[in-house]
Amino acid sequence: MANTVKLNIDGIDVSIDAGKTVLDAAKKLNIHIPTLCYHEDLCVAGNCRVCVVEQEGVKNLVASCAMPAQDGMVIHTNTHKVRNARRHVVELLLSEHNADCTKCYKNTRCELQDLAGEMVINEHMFLDLVPDKNYTIDMLSPAIIKDDSKCIRCQRCVRTCQELQHVSALGVAYKGEHMKISTFFEHSMYDVVCTNCGQCVIRCPTGALIEKNYLDDVWDAIYDEDKHVVVQTAPATRIALGEDLGMEAGSIVTGKMAAALRRLGFDSVLDTDFTADLTIMEEGTELLTRLKRALVDKDPTVKLPMTTSCSPGWIKFIEHMYPEYLENVSTCKSPQQMFGALAKTYYAQKKGIDPSKIVSVSIMPCTAKKFEANRPEMRDSGFQDVDMGLTTRELAVMIKQAGINFKELPDEKFDNLMGESSGAGVIFGATGGVMEAALRTVYEIVTGREVPFENLKITPVRGMEGVKEAAVKIENVLPAWSFLEGVELKTVVAHGLTNADKVMQAVKNGTADWHFIEIMACPGGCLGGGGQPIPTTPEIRKKRAEAIYREDEGMAIRKSHENPEIQQIYKEFLGEPLSDKSHWLLHTHYNARKRV
Amino acid sequence: MPEIKELVKGLADKHGRNRESLLPILQGIVTEERFISDVAMAEVAKELDMSAALVYGTATFYSFLDTEPRGKYVIRLCKTITCDMKGKKQILKTIEDLLKIKVGETSKDKNFTLLETNCLGWCHKGPAMLINDQVFTELDEDKVTEIIDDYIRNI
Repeated sequence: MANTVKLNIDGIDVSIDAGKTVLDAAKKLNIHIPTLCYHEDLCVAGNCRVCVVEQEGVKNLVASCAMPAQDGMVIHTNTHKVRNARRHVVELLLSEHNADCTKCYKNTRCELQDLAGEMVINEHMFLDLVPDKNYTIDMLSPAIIKDDSKCIRCQRCVRTCQELQHVSALGVAYKGEHMKISTFFEHSMYDVVCTNCGQCVIRCPTGALIEKNYLDDVWDAIYDEDKHVVVQTAPATRIALGEDLGMEAGSIVTGKMAAALRRLGFDSVLDTDFTADLTIMEEGTELLTRLKRALVDKDPTVKLPMTTSCSPGWIKFIEHMYPEYLENVSTCKSPQQMFGALAKTYYAQKKGIDPSKIVSVSIMPCTAKKFEANRPEMRDSGFQDVDMGLTTRELAVMIKQAGINFKELPDEKFDNLMGESSGAGVIFGATGGVMEAALRTVYEIVTGREVPFENLKITPVRGMEGVKEAAVKIENVLPAWSFLEGVELKTVVAHGLTNADKVMQAVKNGTADWHFIEIMACPGGCLGGGGQPIPTTPEIRKKRAEAIYREDEGMAIRKSHENPEIQQIYKEFLGEPLSDKSHWLLHTHYNARKRV
Repeated sequence: MPEIKELVKGLADKHGRNRESLLPILQGIVTEERFISDVAMAEVAKELDMSAALVYGTATFYSFLDTEPRGKYVIRLCKTITCDMKGKKQILKTIEDLLKIKVGETSKDKNFTLLETNCLGWCHKGPAMLINDQVFTELDEDKVTEIIDDYIRNI
């Protein structure tokens, strides 16, 4: 039991665990102290000073986010001195901030704007320094825009990139008035080690780091009578979209989302969960093939452990950081790209539509998906497989633009052909989900029996622990898989690239004996993705995860190989997993990149 | 750039490959090369297994870790108030006339770079300047001309 300390805030006594801050204690009392540089997921920086409070007996104001709560402290959060100081802090930030809010993508969704609003800052007390600053804006990346004129140098992005993602594409350069958030030699985000994960985007309190939006392109396609616009929605969008449309975190809005997409004018409303199931068929078979080559054929060239390839942030990470392990990555494309390749081949053929007239749009919890869609490797259909990748947030904007009352929409279903999915496809959106989905199918292929976990819930791979290991003993196998009899299939799951790095270090040092590794670039998996509604906190991610597993349990089909549309596509188009056609459309390879 | 690679490796062998080794390594590069290029920074990042953006951040934070090519002799004239009041402007003009370069520039022969610097701590003996690591104080036009001439002769 931790020691507790007693303090008094605004005349109210409060006890809190030692080691917690004054800010934590105030939160416990439901006293709101404004913050900017503070973020629950990150280490304390204490650089913005917006959270200052007055402590009796101390001359200077103290930053409540950084000040440990101590016995006997008497704190005031709303004195004249405090309010003046906070106001000056915000005004000084505004004097260097391009506050042309009506032209800003973050308009009405900006923490700095909210603060200025709360403080009712009508006139600027300080000189506007923006015209004298040589601010630059970097729009080269297809995923992330970095606009220094909006930056308040709180360094949330820097801490995110370093602490959560082990990338540090962004750092602090220069000093004093010249200090700025910079990449290596101020290169474009497109040309550096950035994984496009967007974790900085969901933590930036202003419009300094935003996703590149493709709203107008999508509207244009919808309005173009000549185009057939298909849309796919990723697993994690359906448990988060509601947050941007006035609903609680953890609301499941699958049916409303399908209804909204139809009302927006998409010609066909389909589901990435379908290709998530397809990924399991291909990736599961690939894993079994690699195991056979290693165990039966004793082939020394086969690469194990095999890692997943669904997360484009992870793919770019390994290309930069561990290029020598690229052959360990599954050759499967991500579900988004499998969908894209099939939309302009299989779907086009079945529906009798000229693929050149198809515009393929994806709704993703992700900013890296925008980069992935633009990869030169992703044109196997003969066209760009996915034309535009939108974030969950962009979809929410479109729904608002169209004047749709989202909360009151009826639940509708996805269209058929590539709209059916299983619970296994849904859980792709949570960390551990791909592993769980794969085990449900692989175990059954090999033994003919369901995976030995109650109600198919493979709990060791669930939850928010950074690195989760699970071993499944394979026994009483079917004759074709006799080489796997008695084998203990060892797996590991990591989310957040800092945890991915730990796993890869273990692989590199030879201290690990895993067969299969699942890695998701974002904390919590896709449900905590860089394209999800803002804000993100551990609490919100937990609620989203609970919603995903609830959705899985509510599905009639829980295993990828039992999805009837999956069985149909293999029968009518692909043949079997890892067939020539599969290799042509559903698999790819990646290239080493420099780590700068 | 095999020389840079060798240089960085040698410095890392000498100072270690931890985060705290970064500054002495960067200083070592400046001593040898007179500035730290992007190639050198990328090499340091690789050798220390750290982010190149963080190496860049460290290098740009410190004024004496030059990130642009510099001459053999880097002249840093104190620009702060005491030296300014004691006639720094005239000293600057004299150096500019002698070397035919402005503040921030490097001579065509790559022998001299002229920069201004913040306080060198020689206020009581201003105007003051540094040429590489050597301090010169109580400068006047004649004295600075003599010093610069001396350097030119000994190149």
